[in-house]
Formats: sequence, C-alpha cells, structure tokens
Amino acid sequence: MSNNLPPLKLSGLEPLIVTKETNFINIGERTNVTGSRAFLRMIKEGRFEDALSVALEQVQGGAQIIDVNMDEGMIDGKAAMIQFLNLIASEPDISRVPIMIDSSKWEIIEAGLKCIQGKGIVNSISLKEGEENFKEQAKKIKRYGAAVIVMAFDEAGQADSYERRIEICERSYRILVDQVNFPAQDIIFDPNIFPVATGMEEHNNNAVDFFRATKWIRTNLPGAHVSGGVSNVSFSFRGNDKVREAMHSVFLYYAIKEGMDMGIVNPTMLEIYDNIPKDLLEYVEDVILNRRSDATERLLEFAETVKGDATKKEVDLSWRDAPVQERLAHALIKGIVEFIDEDTEECRKLYPRPIQVIEGPLMDGMNVVGDLFGSGKMFLPQVVKSARVMKKAVAVLLPYIELEKSGASSSAGKVLMATVKGDVHDIGKNIVGVVLGCNNYEVVDLGVMVPAEKIIETAIREKVDVIGLSGLITPSLDEMVHMAKEMQRAGLSIPLMIGGATTSKVHTAVKIEEHYTNGPTIHVLDASRSVTVVESLLGQRKTDFVAAIKTEYDTLRTHHEKHRNAKRLLSLEVARKNRFQIDWKQEDLVTPKFIGNQTLLNYPLEKLVEYIDWTPFFQTWELHGKFPQILQDEIVGEEATKLFADAQEMLTKIVHEKWLEARAVVGLYPANSIGDDIEIYADESRSKTLIVQHALRQQTEKVAGAPSMSLSDFIAPKDLNLKDYVGGFVVTTGIGLEEKVAEFEAEHDDYNSILLKALGDRLAEAFAEHLHALVRTDLWGYAVGENLNNDELIKEKYQGIRPAPGYPACPDHTEKVGLFELLDATKITGVTLTESLAMLPTSSVSGWYFAHPQAKYFGLGKITEEQVADIAKRNGRSNDEMSRWLGSVIH
Amino acid sequence: MDIREVLNERILVLDGAMGTMIQRHNLTEEDFRKGWFENHASPLKGNNDLLSLTRPDIIEEIHRLYYAAGADIAETNTFSGTTIAQADYGLESAVYAINFHSAQLARKVADEFTSKEPNKPRFVAGSIGPTNRTASISPDVNDPGYRAVTFDDLVVAYTQQVEALMDGGVDILLVETVFDTLNAKAALFAIDEVFEKRGVKIPIMVSGTITDASGRTLTGQTAEAFLISISHLPLLSVGFNCALGASMMRPYLQVLAKNAPFAVSAHPNAGLPNEFGKYDETAAMMAVQIKDFLDENLINIIGGCCGTTPDHIQAIANLAKNYKPRQIDLNY
Repeated sequence: MSNNLPPLKLSGLEPLIVTKETNFINIGERTNVTGSRAFLRMIKEGRFEDALSVALEQVQGGAQIIDVNMDEGMIDGKAAMIQFLNLIASEPDISRVPIMIDSSKWEIIEAGLKCIQGKGIVNSISLKEGEENFKEQAKKIKRYGAAVIVMAFDEAGQADSYERRIEICERSYRILVDQVNFPAQDIIFDPNIFPVATGMEEHNNNAVDFFRATKWIRTNLPGAHVSGGVSNVSFSFRGNDKVREAMHSVFLYYAIKEGMDMGIVNPTMLEIYDNIPKDLLEYVEDVILNRRSDATERLLEFAETVKGDATKKEVDLSWRDAPVQERLAHALIKGIVEFIDEDTEECRKLYPRPIQVIEGPLMDGMNVVGDLFGSGKMFLPQVVKSARVMKKAVAVLLPYIELEKSGASSSAGKVLMATVKGDVHDIGKNIVGVVLGCNNYEVVDLGVMVPAEKIIETAIREKVDVIGLSGLITPSLDEMVHMAKEMQRAGLSIPLMIGGATTSKVHTAVKIEEHYTNGPTIHVLDASRSVTVVESLLGQRKTDFVAAIKTEYDTLRTHHEKHRNAKRLLSLEVARKNRFQIDWKQEDLVTPKFIGNQTLLNYPLEKLVEYIDWTPFFQTWELHGKFPQILQDEIVGEEATKLFADAQEMLTKIVHEKWLEARAVVGLYPANSIGDDIEIYADESRSKTLIVQHALRQQTEKVAGAPSMSLSDFIAPKDLNLKDYVGGFVVTTGIGLEEKVAEFEAEHDDYNSILLKALGDRLAEAFAEHLHALVRTDLWGYAVGENLNNDELIKEKYQGIRPAPGYPACPDHTEKVGLFELLDATKITGVTLTESLAMLPTSSVSGWYFAHPQAKYFGLGKITEEQVADIAKRNGRSNDEMSRWLGSVIH
Repeated sequence: MDIREVLNERILVLDGAMGTMIQRHNLTEEDFRKGWFENHASPLKGNNDLLSLTRPDIIEEIHRLYYAAGADIAETNTFSGTTIAQADYGLESAVYAINFHSAQLARKVADEFTSKEPNKPRFVAGSIGPTNRTASISPDVNDPGYRAVTFDDLVVAYTQQVEALMDGGVDILLVETVFDTLNAKAALFAIDEVFEKRGVKIPIMVSGTITDASGRTLTGQTAEAFLISISHLPLLSVGFNCALGASMMRPYLQVLAKNAPFAVSAHPNAGLPNEFGKYDETAAMMAVQIKDFLDENLINIIGGCCGTTPDHIQAIANLAKNYKPRQIDLNY
C-alpha cells in the first residue's frame, strides 16, 4: 500500500512511529478492569502501587502501548482513570510508551486525554450514536492531540459481516478525513474480532470476515490502520489455555498478513506459530479459516485431549530418585529442609573438598533462587525458606571446612548490616541480610542498637564493601544523619545503604547524602531491591550507577526545596485560633469506672488471635494485598496461602506452648486542657497534676473551614470546669520472644525467626486493639453498647482514638517518657525505653486514649521552628534537643 | 506581508532577553506600581510583566533597541501573563490589561519600524509562558498522583491570555519555554478554541525547553516525542529555548530539523549561568556557536533567551543574513 501520508506517530516520553517495518504493535491489555479481575481488585481496593507494577510488567514484557480501562460500575471510573494516569506520569519506565485511553464513556476518555503529555490513542469512538456525536468527539480528540480507534459500529448496530464492516469503516473514514480534517494516518479501525467455534453456524466465518475487512481497509482507506482485541476470538475455549494460545497465534498470523498492524494481546497467552503441534494447528486453522463444516466439533473433541489438569496435588517424592546434586538444587529452590542434612552429607563424600559442595551444587541452586526472585517468579517467603535450607547445609559442612582450615571463600562481596543506635527493630534488616546471603554476599550483621563507632570500626576491620543501615522509628533518621557525618569524618568512602519503614528516598537525598560526600548514599526501598543495588555498587558499571543516583537525588533535593518554599505554614498563633471546636457538654464526657492504673499480666493469648490484622503481616514479607483476598491473588496467592498456613501453625504453638507472655497496663485519669497542653490529675479534686502532656498542633495551610488539629482539642478546656478524662496504655506480647528467636537462630532457621518476630508484632497490635475495645466497653465504659467486628475495628469505626507517640498524630517520641512514668509501665510490664525512645521488646505498643465522640485520627504534618521552640519551653528541653526529636516533621 | 512568505526567503531573527534588559534599569518597587497598583497589598517588584502598564516607556525602549539591532520579531512582555502565574502576586485581575497593553506597545514599535523599512517588515509575537505549575508532575513527592494545576485550569487561563494578546494585535502566538508538554497542549487547546470562536487564525510558534544534558524536557520527553506531542496543530514553527547555551542545544535542533514539518526556531541562553546566576557569553562567543546551526542548515528562526542583549541580537542578525533558511513546505 503506498501513499504520501506521513506514518502514524505516537509518543510517551519516547516516540513510537508505526511504519511498515514495525510490522505489528502489541498493546498491553492487563491494565484493564474489564479484562483482568486481579487488576479490578487492585483498583477497587485502592492498591494503585500494585496496579502500577502491572503496568510496568507489561512494558517490560514488551508492550509498546498500554491500554488503560476503568469501566466498571463499582468504581468511579473517571477518578480512577485520572489517578492512574497521573501516577503513570511519574513512572518514567511506564510512561515512556504511549497510552491508550480505553472507555465506552466519553467523559472518562476526555478526563484521560487531559492527563497525558504524549500523543496517545483514544479507544474508541463510533457512529453508534449518530454522526453529530461522532464528529464532535473526533474534533475534540484532534484538539487534544491524540490518534483514535474507530469501532465498526453504527446507528444500526455492530458490524457482523464483511459487507457491514467495510460499509461502516468507509463511512467513518470519509467523515473523519473530509469533514473533521482528521489526519488519515491517525485513524485506526477496529473491525470487531468475534469468537469462532461457538457452536452457532453464523459465527463460523467471523475470523475470515475480519481478515477480508482488514485487507479491504488497508487497500481502500489510505493511511488507516487496523487493530483489535485478539483474545475475543477464542472466547468459547475459556479454561483451555493451550487451545486458546494456539488460536491467538493462528489468528494473528493471518490477520497480520492481511494488514492488521496493531492489537491488544496478552503476550503470555500466545504460542509461537511454529511451535504449535501439527495436529492442533490443523484443527485450529480449520476453525479460524472456516475450512470445513465439522471444524468446530473436531477442535472441541481434540481440545478435551490437550486439557492440562492442574487439579490433582499430592506430595510428590519422585525428586528423591534424582542424583544428589539435583536433589540439593531441588531442596533449595523448593525450600525443603527435610532431607538436607543427609543429602549434604552424601554430597560431601563425592567431592574432594567440602568447600566445593558450597561452591558447586549449593551455589548453583542459590543462583537459580536469586534469578527467580529477581525476575519476580519467586516471592520473599520462598526465598527465606531457601536460605534456611542453605544455612542448614552449610552448617553440616562447616566442621569439615574448619578441619581443613582453608577459609578461602568466594563471596561476591561483604555487606555490613546494622539497626542504628537507639533502635531495636530488625525484621526488615534480617530479611535484607537473608536475601543478600542468598545472592552469595557475605553479610556481617551487627544486630540492633549499634553505635556509629562500632559500625565504623567493624567496617574497617572487616573490609566490608557496603554498609547497610536500618531503622524504624523516626529518631533513627537522625541517627542515620549522624552516621553519615561520622563516616565522612572517619574518611570512609564505602557505599552507604539506607533502609527501614520511616526512611525515604527524599529524606536520604535531602538530609543524609550531603553529609557523606566521600562515598555514595542510596536509599533502598525494600529487600528485593537490595540485591540490585549492591550488585550495581560492586559491579563494573558502578560509576554510572552512582552518577545516576547522584543526579536523581540532586533533582529530588531541588524539587523538595522548591516545594518546601511553596508550602506555606500558618503561624502558631493563627493555627491555635483555628483549633478544632467542640461544643463541650458534660453529658458527652463519661466518667471511667476507676481512676488510676490497672494491670493485666499473663493475659490469655488466645483472646488476641481474632484481633490480628493480617494485612501488615503479609506486607512484612513483601506480599502486597489485603487479607483475606490476598490468599486468592492471581500472582502471590499461592505463596500467601502457604505463609498463612505456616503462621497459623506457629500461632497455635505460641498460644498452647505459651512461648510468649502478654502484659498490659491501663491508666485512666481526670484531665483538662490548657491551650495545647493536657494536664493529667491524680484524682477528681483536680488539684494535683501528675504529668502534663504537651501536644503539637497542625500548621499546614488549610482549606477554608478545616481546623488546625491538636490532640489537646479533644480534651475539655480547664476554664469550662467540666470533668473530662484521658487514658494511657502500654501493652507487650514480647516477653519470652528473644529466647525463642535465639533457639531458631541456633538452628540456622531465619524463616521461623522472622516469622515469630512478625507474629509477635501482630499480637502486640492485636492486644492494643483488644484492650481498646475492653476500655471502651468496660474499663472506661464510654461505649458500652458497641458491637464491632474485626474488620470494622481495623477501619477504626469505633468511638474515640488511641494515638501512639511517635506516630502521625503525635510524632513526639518524648511523650512516651511521661506516659511510662504515669503508668509505671517499665516496672509493671517490663517494657523499657531505649535512648531513642524505642520500646523493648519490640512487640509492644503504647498510646493515649481519647474518648470524646468527635475525637478523630489525623496526621500532624509539618510544623515550624516557632512551634519547636514553643514546645521545648513547655516540656523543659532545650531547643536543640527538641529539634532533634522532631527533625522529621520540621518544615 | 505574510510571515510565511518571508520565512521562505530568509532566516528570521527573534529578539533577546527582556529580563536582562529590565535589570539594567535598577527599578524600585515604585516603578512596578506607578499609576496602576499604588495601593496593592503585597510587594510587586520582580513582576516584570506589570512594567508594560506602569513603565511602558522602558518596555517600548527595549523593543525599539531589539528591532534596531535587526530583530524581525519582538516578543511581548507577557511571559507570566496568566491568572495562574499572577496569582502569586494577587493580580489575577490585571491579566487582560497586561496582555492587551503589552501587545499594543510592541505593535506600535513594530509598525514604526515597518513604515521606515517596508522591505523588512517587523512582527509581534505574543509570549505565552509555561506558568509556574506543571500538569504532569506532582509538587508533592509523597503524593505523585496529586496535581497543583489541571488541564482545565490551564485552558481557562490560556484562553484569557490568548484573547487579550489577539485583541492587542499580535501577529503570532508563541507558546514558549515548554517544560511540561501537557501545559503546552492545554495552551494549544485554548488557542484552537479561540481561533474557532473568532473564525480567525494566526501563526503559532511552539518552543520547548530541554532541561539538561539528558536531552529531555523537565517532564521526561525526548526531543522527538515532544515534537510528536505538539504536532496536531499546523504550527508555524517548533523549536527550543532557554536552559541551555547554543552549542548544547544543537543535537536537539538536529532532531527537529530532521523530523519537523514546520519551521525550526531556536533562542538559546547566552551560555549557562555562572555561580552568581549571570550569563557570561558575549555576543561574539554566542555568534560562533550559532554559525554552526547555520552552516548545518538547521534553522529558520533564531534569537536569544536569558542573558542576551541587543548586542547579541545584532551579531546574530549580521550572521543570519548571509545564510539561506532551512527548506520547508509551509503549504497548509
């Protein structure tokens, strides 16, 4: 086909030019709520992060355009389209390709067009609602600068024959080119791919009609392209992927020949034409090309024989028959510890030196694990199980290696890992250690609460290649800044990795990196990224990698600085005037059943199990999704189910064998507010103040009418002479945990050690939730009639709040000092505070209770130096000290 | 005379920096208020677009200096003339006046020169800046889905600016310093709507900004992707300006020269800013680099951005008149 028209040119961040040479453009179809139930679930649950990774996978999998469809009755399609396209815009690895905005609603299409800077494609418009509508929409699309897919659909309905297809396409083309002045090369026809082999005779020629229409369009409508949704053709063979894949390939093979030059295709549902078995190919071609009248029956019959049955599952021990090296690899990849000791021993006898077992079969197996994890085909719990197998195997070999005293190791590099001074949280750090270990890095783990001097001294002595710092609580951020300064002062240039829940790329770029100019500083988002980062840092392309990170962080810093300057904060005075107003009435304020502290020791663990919020548990293992739906998730469902079963099993043991002890203290006291302070009194006379809680107040600029919140707003002001109350609590389920963890570690069992810590944390949260319910309905009794299930509790549907110091509503960790003093918490529960005010054991939760019906959770946001000085004066600490504690919230 | 005809004959020269010339006058707060905003509550110094109203004498003189130096096209003093950009000063209400009077000032000086030299007609390009907000990037790194400005907001603001510029009599609309293509697409959307409403079309120039040596716009597009994304209207020219000095801009102009069905323009900075934020490249230094563009036949319209002065423009004009323009087919 020759004409003088320019080619169809599209763009994301990069150009996509459709020419004869591009042959076939494949359009990713998985970011479509009507086509993928998994994707729909992500959008419904607001898991846009997950939705983005679906988009990214498609682009990485070779999609040259991605189709985005949000047409679902249960979601706000327009809002979802805007949100998703905006998010894609900030992911250069996705937005480099053009976007196809797919909707049957014009409103959603137009909203989408307003979000894309590149030249995308609208999917689709048609003559369905008449010419005027069609022209109006085409004109708008041109004005927005997009290409368009036109469906073979008109006022009389969808084209279902060759004649109707060409009639509608020609009419549409003439209107677009002659009347709207739409560039012919920007028109893409979708002449309807319909299913074949449906059992209805009138469907038998559907594919052939499509091929003929395609050829006609490409010959007679200069410039126009042809596209379509390929999976439709095999609709009647749902459930039989083998046949479907063959049908798609055959269909495309002929359609492309006739000029179809783009299409919506799932690349994983596509068999290579040449690889289709000859018999299957023949049956499928008979159906697609409508070559014989009994084609459908013959394919159906044949299909029965190629149906894969994935239903049966029993323990398969056939792998035990393989040679020992293969058995080791199998055990590593599948995470089976059962036979590892005997297999390792057997293997040792086959090699001249024990170290060769590690360097040979064991490392080979771990390399496969590393590759599978790196490519997203294996998930964290599996990797940790594999690591457990590896450690056990190495433990078998170690005595022999010691005996040999060779000591020569062939590790890929040495990484020092530590949780910083003042912090005790180490689940994430341990996971990173395991993952690095799996990838043949030697990990020097210094544990928790490690001071800077020790890290530096060890790094020099052990000649490590990378230092990884971890921390969870906000004061750890400050300690990391300190570490960076100390490393600089010590003249080190070892790369520094920063990780942990409160750390971020922005914080690393803005606060940490600048203090350590001798070496690179890199934020690592999660365990799965740690390997790539370490690899890049130690690999040949280190210079490029470090330079790229530097540039990225420079940009972030500039961006942050600009944003910071743009963001306006209210003065403390203005914020205080804008306080949250409560119409105070004595009848809203319920007097607790007791005043003072109550202790709960050896609390029955079984009562806590039902209060567990499982979603964060899966997050710990980098399995993202809401519980319980995650168990059925297309991608991680299987692994999540296994992990959940292991967790249940351990939980039973924790409860029955009393591995842990749960303790709590609750205090309920009279209280009134004075300004932003809350005075807590010894008794109803309200004459003796036990402690004063100093609350912070929001200072970010608010939309009209929105108050500047402070926790003190939820307590009745002193001058009203009302009897109000406040509560406090500390719970722990961590008593006994360290001993049990030590047992697992002695058995080289990281999997169970991490599992136990994660469960301990969940139980502590469950205890806090349970205790809060107890307080509401009984101990304080301000919501006696309440009847909420766990899901409603997780969604915080209850009256009153229990904000925790160090978390968004009151980021000031120093409040814990007064809280612990008030409750005599250390003596009663055994929970201590570290110098950074982290709680030890880690499986502990503390917080305040506010009971007023209007009390609600909020995030403090950024505050000014003015407020820092103010609170320093109020709580008798120096300005410098408070600036350090509040560093992460200061504007 | 139609600018398209002139473009086929010779390389057109665009003027140089407005801000650099204004700085020379060491203006005070009073200059930015005079006669118009005497009692405005917040400081106005630095809001250069206001000078078209409060010190028209200065702006008029700057246009005159550039035309005298050999510029064919002068840009109106309206880079920040949208309600979005003026919101920082609380002067949304002044937007129409800024654009209308700025256009008239330049118009007056252009006509003055055209009547003196009829064989070298002078043109006025209405400068349409990017605003200070981006429709494709979130200002909040923690909330990448957030936008400080929407496409619709931009269309409303640009429509107002375009109407006022056209009322004031500009010959061309220049959508410039495009660092976010979505903002530019909103400007083009507004322009197309205004044209349709008025039944009048005037030439449109679009000039993007490649931010750094990565060869991409701030929002991440390559030069070619940028070109594709703004090619849906029949433009007079497409080009690049600002951020880079002339020599650094050359590879991206090559991409445009190879692929654009429009004229190609460039108005680079006088080099990169030094540590004090000043531009050091002299007229002669810049001319050497621009000679490369011309030798390579990359360009149809050439001028200067930040740091350039009438001296620079004169040197460029003297050079450009010895060259033939890049060949294009402007028959649409």
